[in-house]
Amino acid sequence: MQDNILAASTTSIAEAVRAERNTLGLELPYAALSMLGAISDDRVFYRVAQNGLTLTGYDDLPIDVSDEAEILFKTEAFRSAVIRSATLTRKISVDGRLNDVTVTVAQTREGLGEISARISLIALLVGLGFFVLAVSLSAFATGRTLRPLDVLANAVSRRGPSDLRPVKAEAPTEIVPLVTALNRFIERLETSLTRSEDFIAEAAHRVRTPLATVRAQAEIALRRVERPENKTALRQMIRAVDESSRSAGQLLDHAMVTFRADHMEFDTVDLSALVADTVERLAPLGDLKDISLRLGTMPSNAMLKCDPILIQNALRNIIDNAIKYSPGDSDIDIALTADDAHYTITVRDEGIGFSDMKTSELARRFSRGPNVGEIVGSGLGLTICKEVAIAHGGTLEMKDNPGRGGCVSLVLPH
Amino acid sequence: MRITGLAALIWCALSLPGWSFEIEEVKRFGMDNADVQLKVLSTADLSVFEPYIIAFQLKNQRIAVDYTVASSTEVMKAIFDEQIQFDLVISSAMDLQTKLANDGFLSDHNSEATRRLPPWARWRDQVIAFTQEPAVIVLSKKAFAGLPIPESRSELIALLREHPERFKGRVGTYDIRTSGLGYLFATQDSRNSESFWPLMEVFGRLDVQLYCCSGAMIDDLISGRLSIAYNVLGSYAERRVAAADNIAIVTPADVTSVMLRTAVIPKNANEPVLAGQFIDFLIDGDLGPETGIGLPRIGISQKTSDAAIRPIRLGPELLVFLDRLRRQNFLANWAGSVEQAIGQ
Repeated sequence: MQDNILAASTTSIAEAVRAERNTLGLELPYAALSMLGAISDDRVFYRVAQNGLTLTGYDDLPIDVSDEAEILFKTEAFRSAVIRSATLTRKISVDGRLNDVTVTVAQTREGLGEISARISLIALLVGLGFFVLAVSLSAFATGRTLRPLDVLANAVSRRGPSDLRPVKAEAPTEIVPLVTALNRFIERLETSLTRSEDFIAEAAHRVRTPLATVRAQAEIALRRVERPENKTALRQMIRAVDESSRSAGQLLDHAMVTFRADHMEFDTVDLSALVADTVERLAPLGDLKDISLRLGTMPSNAMLKCDPILIQNALRNIIDNAIKYSPGDSDIDIALTADDAHYTITVRDEGIGFSDMKTSELARRFSRGPNVGEIVGSGLGLTICKEVAIAHGGTLEMKDNPGRGGCVSLVLPH
Repeated sequence: MRITGLAALIWCALSLPGWSFEIEEVKRFGMDNADVQLKVLSTADLSVFEPYIIAFQLKNQRIAVDYTVASSTEVMKAIFDEQIQFDLVISSAMDLQTKLANDGFLSDHNSEATRRLPPWARWRDQVIAFTQEPAVIVLSKKAFAGLPIPESRSELIALLREHPERFKGRVGTYDIRTSGLGYLFATQDSRNSESFWPLMEVFGRLDVQLYCCSGAMIDDLISGRLSIAYNVLGSYAERRVAAADNIAIVTPADVTSVMLRTAVIPKNANEPVLAGQFIDFLIDGDLGPETGIGLPRIGISQKTSDAAIRPIRLGPELLVFLDRLRRQNFLANWAGSVEQAIGQ
């Protein structure tokens, strides 16, 4: 805009220059400077030169002679200010001689600088404002959008390892597909798990039945053979069959415990009776190794709301373990005690103990102590017990007796 | 001898060291041991400006004001050519003040008071207007006895043409070659009024008397030496009309130029802050109840209700008539019109 006005001013001055008799005359047009005053309070300089010699105006204003009839614009320093200048050269003949008349009009750029500085400042402030607004809005929006996702993630990560219920968290429509997909996945996982448990149970069952037949046949054969090496072989065979059968039984138990832990059937039972009944059932197994199961003191009215089949199973595994790792002709003491909050079933044997191995490690699936020697085992027994304890909100504790042997306690809250 | 000695003393006092510009009056206000001294160079007559200085000193006890009066062209000479140090320059020649600003002789003054001024009353924060004073025609009622009072330039021309014998040698106006204000008024008249050049022709034929300043014209009008004074400062005439009931003030109905009296602070001022305070004081024009008539202050809006009132605008366009060639031409034309009687 400044250039246009400078050009208009220069042109109007150039047009006012005229030849007078033997010299050049100029009546500086009022509008030439008033139009510059209209745009800003900037200082104005002009110079009209004839063949490079000043006719009028500011002597020290630099001029450029432009040969073409075009206006030359320039930004330069003048009197310690920055000016924008427009220069126009006209040829005027005086007394038959051609003269170069150069008109230069210049204006300082303070007003312009001020305006552009103000505009930049405003633009900067507006930009900053928008930036802050955008950042806070997007932070808010992201927070709001992702909060249901957080809730969902928390809900899923808080779950226990066997909690396979579908997720029911409230979700905005955008993440409903995610929740649906998650639930479908959980469903498929549950189906797959159930199927493998079923498979294990089925497999164990199918193995156990023919094993019983093999064992019976082996017993019969043992009675018939005479030669001691054959008898030894058959005994080994029977022992192996027993172990296999036991393992299969434990696998079945484990599958059952896992299933029931998810679908517990609570019943209020007398824990004393339950313990006594279990011990009575296992007494013949102890008799085989001349081990006597001694039932200790029992509280009279130990009623507990629990899944009795699971408790019985766990106790059977503990006692079975005790018999297995005890030497012949020893005692196993079974006791039930009650305090304010818990019932504790304790099984104490005179066997090899646990050699300070941690309960958590022993109770891992297929994990066995370092001191088992040649005794065969699956490593599933204590796992089953622990899962039963956890399913009832209780714990399984194992420690060595001061003398010899180990002590296993199944602690169940009331 | 004593009188000669006194005259020499006065001359010495007036033409202070190294000053070659002509001064009309000097007066020092305040004590010699004042803390600071404000040096003011002004075109305003002492009698007009004294109330302002006294009122300002009432507010600022510890300052002295050195007030020097000179014509506007001499003021220009002092500041532009000789760069003599003053703290404040007050002039009625708006064009010369504008040139000082445009050529970089002034420093800025921006204050709460200047910001209150309308935009047309300041330029670049350097030329700051504090009064608005119209150019009027002052007539002697006695000389016009039996004649209608002219309301415009054309009426005045007609009247003068009809009665040349009555007004011969009894018309006065500025010598625009020496008076900056006279030149400003004349150039503005030439822009705004078709009647200006015919009027000058008529003045020339009537053997016009040329004056340096409004005060002298009004003096001669009151004393009866003049019948008509053209382009006199209305503010000066108003002050005198109360005392002298034989003069009439005519605000020309065709076009009346309004001059803005401006104050500027030169770059080499010793007391720019105090000068700024004085400018703020002049803008507010608070003379107090006792100190007489002040000059007409800048109103909130420029006087535009009357289309004939033409306030002269501050801006670079005022430089046009200061252009060497333009001024040369204008003065030649003017002299050609006014001095034809002399030429004959």
